[in-house]
Amino acid sequence: MKVLVPVKRVVDYNVRVRPRPDGTGVDTAHAKMSMNPFDEIAMEEAMRLKEGGVVDEVVAVSIGSGDCQDTLRSALAFGADRALLLESDTTDFEPVVISRILAAVVAEEAPDLVIMGKQAIDDDCNQTAQMLAGRLGWGQGTFACRLEVQDGEARVTREVDGGTRTVALSLPAVVSTDLRLNEPRYLKLPNIMKAKKKPLDRRAVAELGVDLTARTRVVAVTAPPERGPGVRVASVEELLDRLKNEAQVI
Amino acid sequence: MPFDVVIVGAGPAGLAAAIRLRQRATEQGEDLSVCVLEKGSEVGAHILSGAIVEPRALDELLPDWREQGAPLNTPARKDRFLWLTRRRAIPLMAPPQMHNKGNYIVSLGNLCRWLARQAEALGVEILPGFPAAEILYDDQGAVRGVATADMGRNPDGSEGLRFEPGVELHARQTLFCEGCHGSLAKQLMTRFDLRRDCDPQTYGLGIKELWEVDSPLHEPGRVVHTVGWPLDNGTYGGSFLYHLDERRVAVGLIVGLDYANPYLSPFEEMQRFKTHPAIRPLFEGGRRIAYGARALVEGGWQSLPRLSFPGGFIAGDSSGFLNVPKIKGTHNAMKSGMTAAEAILDRLRGEAPEGTDADDLRQRLEATWVMRELRRARNIRPAFRRGLWPGITLSAMDTYLLRGRAPWTLHHREDHAQLRPAAVSRPIDYPRPDGRITFDRLASVFLSNTHHEEGQPVHLKLRDATKPTALNLPVYDGPEARYCPAGVYEYVDNGNGGQRLQINAQNCVHCKTCDIKDPGQNIDWCVPQGGDGPNYPDL
Repeated sequence: MKVLVPVKRVVDYNVRVRPRPDGTGVDTAHAKMSMNPFDEIAMEEAMRLKEGGVVDEVVAVSIGSGDCQDTLRSALAFGADRALLLESDTTDFEPVVISRILAAVVAEEAPDLVIMGKQAIDDDCNQTAQMLAGRLGWGQGTFACRLEVQDGEARVTREVDGGTRTVALSLPAVVSTDLRLNEPRYLKLPNIMKAKKKPLDRRAVAELGVDLTARTRVVAVTAPPERGPGVRVASVEELLDRLKNEAQVI
Repeated sequence: MPFDVVIVGAGPAGLAAAIRLRQRATEQGEDLSVCVLEKGSEVGAHILSGAIVEPRALDELLPDWREQGAPLNTPARKDRFLWLTRRRAIPLMAPPQMHNKGNYIVSLGNLCRWLARQAEALGVEILPGFPAAEILYDDQGAVRGVATADMGRNPDGSEGLRFEPGVELHARQTLFCEGCHGSLAKQLMTRFDLRRDCDPQTYGLGIKELWEVDSPLHEPGRVVHTVGWPLDNGTYGGSFLYHLDERRVAVGLIVGLDYANPYLSPFEEMQRFKTHPAIRPLFEGGRRIAYGARALVEGGWQSLPRLSFPGGFIAGDSSGFLNVPKIKGTHNAMKSGMTAAEAILDRLRGEAPEGTDADDLRQRLEATWVMRELRRARNIRPAFRRGLWPGITLSAMDTYLLRGRAPWTLHHREDHAQLRPAAVSRPIDYPRPDGRITFDRLASVFLSNTHHEEGQPVHLKLRDATKPTALNLPVYDGPEARYCPAGVYEYVDNGNGGQRLQINAQNCVHCKTCDIKDPGQNIDWCVPQGGDGPNYPDL
């Protein structure tokens, strides 16, 4: 059985980002970049399936600039068997385009399962997995907090409001990972060194012949309003009064 | 895992050494495996410096750095040296060491990122996110490599679910370039008694901010240094303002860690500095985009320890190559790394057996411009022990009349022994932050992007847990709460009407000040889990 894991290179979750002065996007120059944390969870899950003997091959794929090689090397250090980089100067394709590219990769690679992060922490879209499943006509198990694969079936426990819901999908299928699915491992130093020698194919996105046209346009990127200084109130009555009449929150 | 050479720390010294090792090996057609360990999550994440860089060492290491796109983009143009009083800024004549013609204003972190790429292209194995936590010794007591830090331990030290033990890296030679006051270098100094015939090291704490300014006063290449206010006359220190490209300004204050008043707070002095009438206009309407702090070595020539020991060497600021009057050390750190690389190769080839005169790295450096430069500058820093004006007068004499050839050498004292008891010290009333030009510690630490995974043992270890409330609090009124630029140390209510020391280790920006300045020398700064600590973008 073969698993495909798409991984995205994003600004590290510890880095505080700020909008570029011209408001066209976020300033990422020299910011530390790493693998989208939800994709790490996907990688970890794929590796557990492989270590459990369910999966034979794990392939990681990333879409973007040549820098995404670093992200793919991390995936290889997790234990992926090989990696594929679809290179492009554009690094912020929207989900509809990414799902088209991934569908073309799926057509070539023919995996039995795609495991991917439910969303990327940079654009927070949470659309690609659903779009990909729709495009392929496969079943989808989104927001997975538990995944079992056996007898050509994926049993996915999903996080829903107020509890969980378990669905059974016939393979091939798309699974998107939620936070509680697993805790990704620490990368081992020897594996990081081994990863440098594992196969990493680079191809131009354009070779896939898919439509890369964007459907949306970013109008403005702004920082949240600054928090004003606090005020000291003299009594509980004054606090209630000001919450009610000034802040109008109660 | 076996390597020919393991280097601890991917700063300018470690990377220069790695590059020089691989260059020489390639020239000779030798196969030489070189591995660099870095505790930061990526190369540059823990690098913080002013910085104005003199490209001398870079010229020797990679003469084609301009063509290769090294990030030295802003030539230093105008030098200004100001003496600040509370309200006025009086221009002083900049001493010759402070002239910056031919130098560049850089982000040292970005320079290291670039050096790391050059090193990797030469076949160096660079492993960020793996701190060296332990020195390995062989039966004869010689250093034989290092072990990386364990990952996934619980706060009590037991193994957690995701526990991953550290890895032993065995090396024929190990080079320690951890930067100022390295945690392993500190152990080496004791074990091999490397400081046996030099002065104690003396340090400064540098606090730096990066701003994006909106002021017509911004002028790329402009360099301003100040002395005087807000520091009192007895405290050594000064500020820097470096105008970079893209409307950015690097601003920082350095305070000598031999200061005496336990109420002094370097962080608040830095905040206050920005409010000086001659300084403030530059920052009005601007945005602070980064913050960080790092201790630096100021002892110079007379504080330089022995640098060689069986199995390896120490280079860079772990030994101390900052030239105080120049306010620069990167070129010296790099050259010390390059010289260490030559010494390592001679040892590996058996040309300079361990322990012989030819093997002594310090002696090798004596033959280079590094030691000539440091020797000439040696009396400047200690001259300021008596205060700003005696210091300036003595330095001027030393520089202009004696030209660094004084027949005497002034000496240093240990920084941690200089604090006066709180009872005889004057508390300092610092103004409250305004949230526009001045900020509090927590808002600042936020901008350092520092992160320590929760649930790991505290990496700031107290040798004696009772000492903070037995010595630091009653005698010195808890100075760690003030000298720590990241709000790690806090005295809080212990529930019994007294106070206890709380260590917020997750705030730590790895500046090492606590390990240096703690009056009872009770704090051991150890490496936390790999990849933890600040994530400096352009510092």
